[in-house]
Amino acid sequence: MTEPIVEIRGVSKRFTKRLDVAGKIAQKLGASVREETVHAVDNVSLNIQKGEVLGLVGESGCGKSTLGRVVAGIHAASDGQMFYKGKDVRGLRGADRRAATLAIQMIFQDPFASLNPRMRVEDIIGEAPRMHGIVSAAEAPDYVDDVMRKVGLDPSLKRRYAHQFSGGQRQRIGIARALAVKPKFLVCDEAIAALDVSIQSQVINLFMDLREELGLTYLFISHDLSVVEHIADRVAIMYLGRIVEMASAEEIFSDPRHPYTKALLAEAPRLDQRRRQFEPIVGEIPSPLDPPPGCTFHPRCPAATADCRKIVPNLKAGRAGRETACLLEHVKTV
Amino acid sequence: MTAVLEISGLKTHFFTHAGVVKAVDGVDFTVSKGEVMGLVGESGSGKSITGFSILGLIDQPGRIVEGSIKFNGSEIANVSEEELKKLRGNRISMIFQDPMMTLNPVLRVDTQMIEAIRAHENVSKQTAWERSRDALGLVGIPSPEERLQAYPHQLSGGMRQRVAIATAFLNKPDLIIADEPTTALDVTIQAQIIHEAQKLTKQTGTAMIWITHDLAVVAGLADRISVMYAGRIVEQGGIDDVIDRPLHPYTVGRLGSVPTANRRGQRLFQIEGMTPNMLALPEGCAFGPRCQARKAACNAQPPIEDVEGRRLRCFNPQRVAEVTS
Repeated sequence: MTEPIVEIRGVSKRFTKRLDVAGKIAQKLGASVREETVHAVDNVSLNIQKGEVLGLVGESGCGKSTLGRVVAGIHAASDGQMFYKGKDVRGLRGADRRAATLAIQMIFQDPFASLNPRMRVEDIIGEAPRMHGIVSAAEAPDYVDDVMRKVGLDPSLKRRYAHQFSGGQRQRIGIARALAVKPKFLVCDEAIAALDVSIQSQVINLFMDLREELGLTYLFISHDLSVVEHIADRVAIMYLGRIVEMASAEEIFSDPRHPYTKALLAEAPRLDQRRRQFEPIVGEIPSPLDPPPGCTFHPRCPAATADCRKIVPNLKAGRAGRETACLLEHVKTV
Repeated sequence: MTAVLEISGLKTHFFTHAGVVKAVDGVDFTVSKGEVMGLVGESGSGKSITGFSILGLIDQPGRIVEGSIKFNGSEIANVSEEELKKLRGNRISMIFQDPMMTLNPVLRVDTQMIEAIRAHENVSKQTAWERSRDALGLVGIPSPEERLQAYPHQLSGGMRQRVAIATAFLNKPDLIIADEPTTALDVTIQAQIIHEAQKLTKQTGTAMIWITHDLAVVAGLADRISVMYAGRIVEQGGIDDVIDRPLHPYTVGRLGSVPTANRRGQRLFQIEGMTPNMLALPEGCAFGPRCQARKAACNAQPPIEDVEGRRLRCFNPQRVAEVTS
């Protein structure tokens, strides 16, 4: 096995709402107010091999975007370690640190909010490579043209502002901006969710072309199972801050093991099913402020046992050698 | 089957400073009792405006300039506001993408639901309250008595949409127009909402127009489908005909661009170009500039005709074997 390009071990990210002055006084007076902590990401470990596409799937509020931001270095993890090419990112200094930071870039969901409306496209794309000395100021115009062509934009439009482009084109600008610093690894956070359907397929194809052309590695975050099934080599399913199942795309989609994965797959609408009877799992995602004890999925799980209400399952190999965080899968079949 | 809704030649235009936007430009369809019609298109294709036109919800600078909308046999296009009020929320209900468009944020759920009943029927508050409670129970809301006392912001997105659906079904309407009702929801919640809508239409025989951009949702839910592009219906027919054997190049392209299991890792079909600018539509077929099967005849506007058991607006139908398999 080759060395993973990115690896995270035991990463958690907590957001705490601090008490304000009124809250502190109320607490002193004996009111039952306390600091609220959201465990957005809870003890997640994963690795991504060079050239691989890892799909990260979950519903809103499950922590998938937070995990993506931790990997991209936008949020610092509360706990745990992150390695880039085998080196702990926090231990890196100087040029090594800069190289590691530049190598991981992020593409955001909303192509309307993620581009500076007061900058011309040539500056949006060209600023970072100039700053980091990847190109000289003299070479920059040609370099920007090059990057724009790579993502299917007409370089003659580079004097324009972001609002003069359509949603699909803006997403291409966002991709060009990320590519301009020659990254090795892209975190795509719902990168196609805001686009019209006919434009989505154009951008998916672009991602696949770039992967081949530039040897990129992706962490592809999405709630859309069919897109992930299409593009990913391996898939991680997230629920309430934890990864509940991880396997190759083939295995996940043909033989899901975790009850949550099964439910997700069963309920995703598909073109080839007609007048089907939708039979959904009950309930909603619990609040991450107050997650249920034991397995966080147990209140909605059709197969939950008494143990599931007490024991927190870790992600580990269970039946058929498949990695799940489910007690029922961990039971040894002797 | 009896037609609940018959739309013919509907044109809804918006007269803006920049020019006339022909948001809906000649739409025909009928919906029968108990039938689910999927109305599919991208943003700006006119699918939502079609829905709003039925309920007379078009504001200035827009208006219905032509065409007829017959509901249970009587004309409702351009009738008075008074007439429309008798229909809205009573015989025809609407479910919006954002349930906060339906729900008033400063009123409790019970106040709003009771009002919806008593606006159309002379019943006691107690009876209306009981009916509201039962309606919430029907859409799978646990402990409906408590939920009735909640304000909309105290409910989750999925719960709000359930309340909106329960409210839409309160007066047992003949027709429900659902405009992207599950687009903002997660997969598991989407399945729950579709399940409730399916169950209720079956129980009450209510006809439904399900407006969405998601072909996969429509494939699983609808009996018939109308595909819209740039204000016109380009293909319309039974769900199996259109999804399995699409003829219009736009439908073919849209189906080909949906990722499915057996296309894993391959390039997706992509419709080139962008969604058209409704202020500057091309001459002839609006899909022409993006169409791979374009020919000289396409410089004229194709009429909608009966082709192979469906309605089709195309001079050069594509016959692609089994797009979805």
